[in-house]
Amino acid sequence: MEVSGLQVYYSSQQALGRVTLPIRKEAITALVGPSGSGKTTFLLCLNRLTDLIPGCRVEGSIRLHGEEILGHGCNLLRLRRRVGMIFQKPNPFPFSIRRNFTLPLREHGMKDRQEQEARLEQVLRAVGLWSEVKDRLHRPAPELSGGQQQRLCIARALALEPEVLLLDEPCSALDPLSSGIVEDLITSLRNRYTLVIVTHNLPQARRIADFASLFWNVEGVGRLVESAPIQSFFEAPTEKLTRDYVAGVRG
Amino acid sequence: MKRQSKTQNQALSGWWAGTGQGNLVTGARRQSSRWRDRLAAGLCWTVAAVLLATFGWILADLLSEGLGRLSWDFFTKAPMDAGRAGGIGTVLVSTLLILAVCLLVAAPLGIATAAYLSEYTRRKSSVGRWIRGCLDLLASVPSIVFGLFGAVFFCQMLGLGFSILSGGLTLACMVLPILVRSSETGFRMVSDDLRRGAAALGMRQNTTMAFVILPAALPGIAVGLVLGIGRALAETAALIFTSGYVTRMPASLLDSGRSLSIHIYDLAMNVPGGEPTASGTALVLVVLLAAINWGAAAAMDRWRGRWSRS
Repeated sequence: MEVSGLQVYYSSQQALGRVTLPIRKEAITALVGPSGSGKTTFLLCLNRLTDLIPGCRVEGSIRLHGEEILGHGCNLLRLRRRVGMIFQKPNPFPFSIRRNFTLPLREHGMKDRQEQEARLEQVLRAVGLWSEVKDRLHRPAPELSGGQQQRLCIARALALEPEVLLLDEPCSALDPLSSGIVEDLITSLRNRYTLVIVTHNLPQARRIADFASLFWNVEGVGRLVESAPIQSFFEAPTEKLTRDYVAGVRG
Repeated sequence: MKRQSKTQNQALSGWWAGTGQGNLVTGARRQSSRWRDRLAAGLCWTVAAVLLATFGWILADLLSEGLGRLSWDFFTKAPMDAGRAGGIGTVLVSTLLILAVCLLVAAPLGIATAAYLSEYTRRKSSVGRWIRGCLDLLASVPSIVFGLFGAVFFCQMLGLGFSILSGGLTLACMVLPILVRSSETGFRMVSDDLRRGAAALGMRQNTTMAFVILPAALPGIAVGLVLGIGRALAETAALIFTSGYVTRMPASLLDSGRSLSIHIYDLAMNVPGGEPTASGTALVLVVLLAAINWGAAAAMDRWRGRWSRS
């Protein structure tokens, strides 16, 4: 994915200024920075969920395999199937676990019951939830624990076979134990999917990411300060702000 | 572990005293504020007791006057001797038919309007403001005006005559504002997380609406339906001019039919010696309303317990 010159406005207020960032395929890119620095806004642009926000305007260019996604011609349903998203708060639909999968699958054209079941088992196994829920697929999804719900949401996104997965602080609403499980899961997805993760947790970013980008709020506008491979980001940052941030002096 | 929490408590109370808050409320002030607390609590209790007593009184009155009239025949036979004798069977049938017509028209229309207002228009859009303004106005129109409108529009202009259909349609107009406003609240109560989640899965807005938002909004819609049914069952003025007050068993929706509330009104006002039957009918009406309320509440409890435990 190639992002260049991305600018976002909420009504007339600029929220994100001229962000250019290549996102490496099949690697984990972590977006870090203080609150209000535009990380989530950036993430929402990547699958055009910004369209849901009244008064939001996006300029610049985002290319997915060379295909521009910001134009009018972009098929949003197809884009969002290819670029899935996981939110901070797990958001399973308020019906059965099985239906949480069959509904989106059917929406994307998979009508065959057996095919659906096979996909369901495959992705639930991939997130390590199969043994925990295989006997209660008919039970309501909100009955699961927070960590299980988040893994269910990840599985639900994986069921659509996306290329890119966006994760907006996926662990921050979970207890430490579930957080660890979800983190391991994310790490295990590294080689098959392109992952972009927003996190406030620097040690976590260091543990799991291949690349890191620091966002900063400069006079009310979110800007990209530095983007680098994870090791040089933490050990030899070029910007003073990054140095201060990773040292815990600022932010 | 226990000791630790104790010392923590001591530390906390020390902090509390240290801020000065602990000493601020001195003896006299503490006394007077306690007094005020008691007064306020007493007032609340009194108001609640008065409310309960009023309802209890009405219910006791209905029970003492009307309970004697209740029997199997009362529920199955047609009224005789202008309602002094016989039962309310035909009236019950007419009432349920009127209610059915009303709900069959008002519920789809109301829920669709609510869905449009909440999901397909921005909160402050001018279309939405206009629709809401009109609904609020409609909600405050006295029912007799609806009755006159129904008599002119449904009975005469559309040629439906004094009929259950005219009555039901008039009631539908009346119930619509309540239904729309509370269903809209129901839709708005649905968390945006679900909308965003569905959009992020590439689901179309209509699919999301039908399979995700609508089921989640059902409790709010049910509240609207129950309020609407309550208003419809209680209605007299709008029905006298539209569905009429014939006590025969209706043969079709185009027949005139008398509703429970009109029956009560007629027996209490126009028929000497009709009071016991009026009370009995009123008792049936109250029990019917209570049953619908409780039934809906229980159904919603089950629904909520099933789906949204988190």
